[in-house]
Amino acid sequence: MLERWNECTALAFALLSIIPSFHLSAQDTSTIDRGVRIGIIYRPGVRPGLVMLPRKGGGLDSVRAMIARDLDYSDRFEVISLPGGDSIRLATSPPTPSRTTGTRRSTGSSGGAQVASAGGGLNYPLYQALGADFALDVTAAGDTTVATLHDVAAASIRRSVRASLPPPGDPDFRQAVHRLADQALQAALGTPGIGATRILFVRDGKVYQIDQDGADMKLVSSTDRQAMSPAWGADGRRFAYMEFQAGKGWLFLQDMATGKRTPVSTTGSALDFTPAFSPDGQSIAFSRATEEGTDLYTINIKNNCCLRRLTVGRFSDNLSPTFSPDGQRIAFVSTRPGLPQIYVMAADGTDQQLFAPFDYGVTGSSNAPEWSPDGQSVAFHRDVAGTLQVFVLDVRTRTVRQLTSVGRNEDPTWAPDSRHLAFVSDRSGYRQLWIIDLDTGRIRPLLQQSGARLPAWSPRLSEAPSSTP
Amino acid sequence: MKSVSWILVIGLGVAVAACPSNPPPQNTTPAVDTAAENQRVRDSIAAAQAEADRLAREEAERIARQREADSLAALSRNAEGVRSTLAAMIHFDLDKSNIRSDDMGILDQKVAILQANPALRIRIAGHCDERGSDEYNLALGNRRAQAAKQYLVSHGIDASRIETQSWGEEKPLVDGHDETAWSQNRRDEFEIISGGDNLRRPS
Repeated sequence: MLERWNECTALAFALLSIIPSFHLSAQDTSTIDRGVRIGIIYRPGVRPGLVMLPRKGGGLDSVRAMIARDLDYSDRFEVISLPGGDSIRLATSPPTPSRTTGTRRSTGSSGGAQVASAGGGLNYPLYQALGADFALDVTAAGDTTVATLHDVAAASIRRSVRASLPPPGDPDFRQAVHRLADQALQAALGTPGIGATRILFVRDGKVYQIDQDGADMKLVSSTDRQAMSPAWGADGRRFAYMEFQAGKGWLFLQDMATGKRTPVSTTGSALDFTPAFSPDGQSIAFSRATEEGTDLYTINIKNNCCLRRLTVGRFSDNLSPTFSPDGQRIAFVSTRPGLPQIYVMAADGTDQQLFAPFDYGVTGSSNAPEWSPDGQSVAFHRDVAGTLQVFVLDVRTRTVRQLTSVGRNEDPTWAPDSRHLAFVSDRSGYRQLWIIDLDTGRIRPLLQQSGARLPAWSPRLSEAPSSTP
Repeated sequence: MKSVSWILVIGLGVAVAACPSNPPPQNTTPAVDTAAENQRVRDSIAAAQAEADRLAREEAERIARQREADSLAALSRNAEGVRSTLAAMIHFDLDKSNIRSDDMGILDQKVAILQANPALRIRIAGHCDERGSDEYNLALGNRRAQAAKQYLVSHGIDASRIETQSWGEEKPLVDGHDETAWSQNRRDEFEIISGGDNLRRPS
């Protein structure tokens, strides 16, 4: 009798112990914030097809490869492989030139050259049959490099972009080529590309820059002290960062071209961190940690005056400011709900309110907001099940969606096209920088070095070369 | 998923219903007034529980007093230990900045040392583990340093003798990516700024 009762109890407890686990897994899908959409909708085939015309020689192989890669990394084209194996992907991967590929490439290019030379036109029906909307031809005319964009459907030249490229090895060579690629992209689609952009990041306490295609990594911080939180000025000619010095956090402005750095006038008295330029370049917003906690301030860096406190959080921390592109608002992190979450206020500190919705007691900490250059979104990262994931807030609807789910992903930063984000991820086993395209979901590593973090993507850099319609 | 758990709940109900309805065997003699007897048993259990609670409370208080006395006594005995006692770290729970009760003795020792050495000035540096956001950890480390400073000030130390700073997660004490490392990295460090040449031990 007693034994049987015990058996029954054991069975009941066994069942009881199963139920909570089902509840847990049910929660995994039901605890998502209202309005959150997970995943990326990818519609293949809606992007215009582009073919990069193969040509041989002229000293432009590396230029063609760079332009082809920029157009590929723009994620705005379906890159079309030519029959015979000639394709942009081949052109961008020089380490695999087999004998057959080389032969085919030269055959293809000589064919293309013949077609082009015959009457200045291409075999448009052929490229159209291959699915190309555009064909890009890069040639040399004396000292000038000409990128000719063909509109395949219209069977005509859309535009020729000319650039006097510095010799390879010149410090500005790669940027000049990137600008040419951006011009070609603009000729095709009407929007500028992001070829001529760079990304600042921190590694081992030092600030580095790297081109968006992963080339030309360079140390830019000019002291041996530990630095954090680089941030670009809107003109791309200077950046701000924070440096630990004698127990304080100092803010510095550094000129990109000369490397000259200047401390922000009010800095040195406290722990100042997370600087952010206002879009007009007149002031920076930053966080200052004191006995009362951490609060947001702005200071006019043009006239070195007018320190203004924006938040008063005696029992909360307020940090990580980011301006809206019109300079009217500042999104920031506040711990006023208990955990850090994303808030927004007017740039003068008034009208402070919650920005990114969260479920109290359910949603994890949210940090590192960055307002997109088009003003429509704010990217940030949020603690999900003990690790960090990148989210994007839609400013108009105030809904959030989760972008990443593999590994730990943090500190997103917008490309000037407002569709690419660079972020830190350990998805490959160690923390490094990755780039995601929000429209297609394509993800690529920016560099293959561990320990890179706190990335900041530049605005479009420098002047564009002259072009002829 | 919800329907699965409903099925399980029903299954559980069936399993319980299948059990014998009055399982514990009744061996008590029927002559005793069971209601009064049960009340008496409950009362005696409650009394015993209250007594046990009181003893536990007294014991905890005695241990706390003893710990403070012991730590101060140890401090007085060992003059060379003053400097290392002053440097002893305190630790924090994940994403928290409140002083843990088991660290209060460490801070009490620092209060005594600071009182015995009026010229002594110190800097408290707050640190975090690597799990949080890099920049948020600067704010959190600041809170941790401020919490220790608050404790010292509330025990009579002049606030002007204590500086604070935060390193966030930038200076981990232990390399590693597990709780063993993290728990050691969530800490306050204490260093002497000035007045530390001829440290006197607390009397």
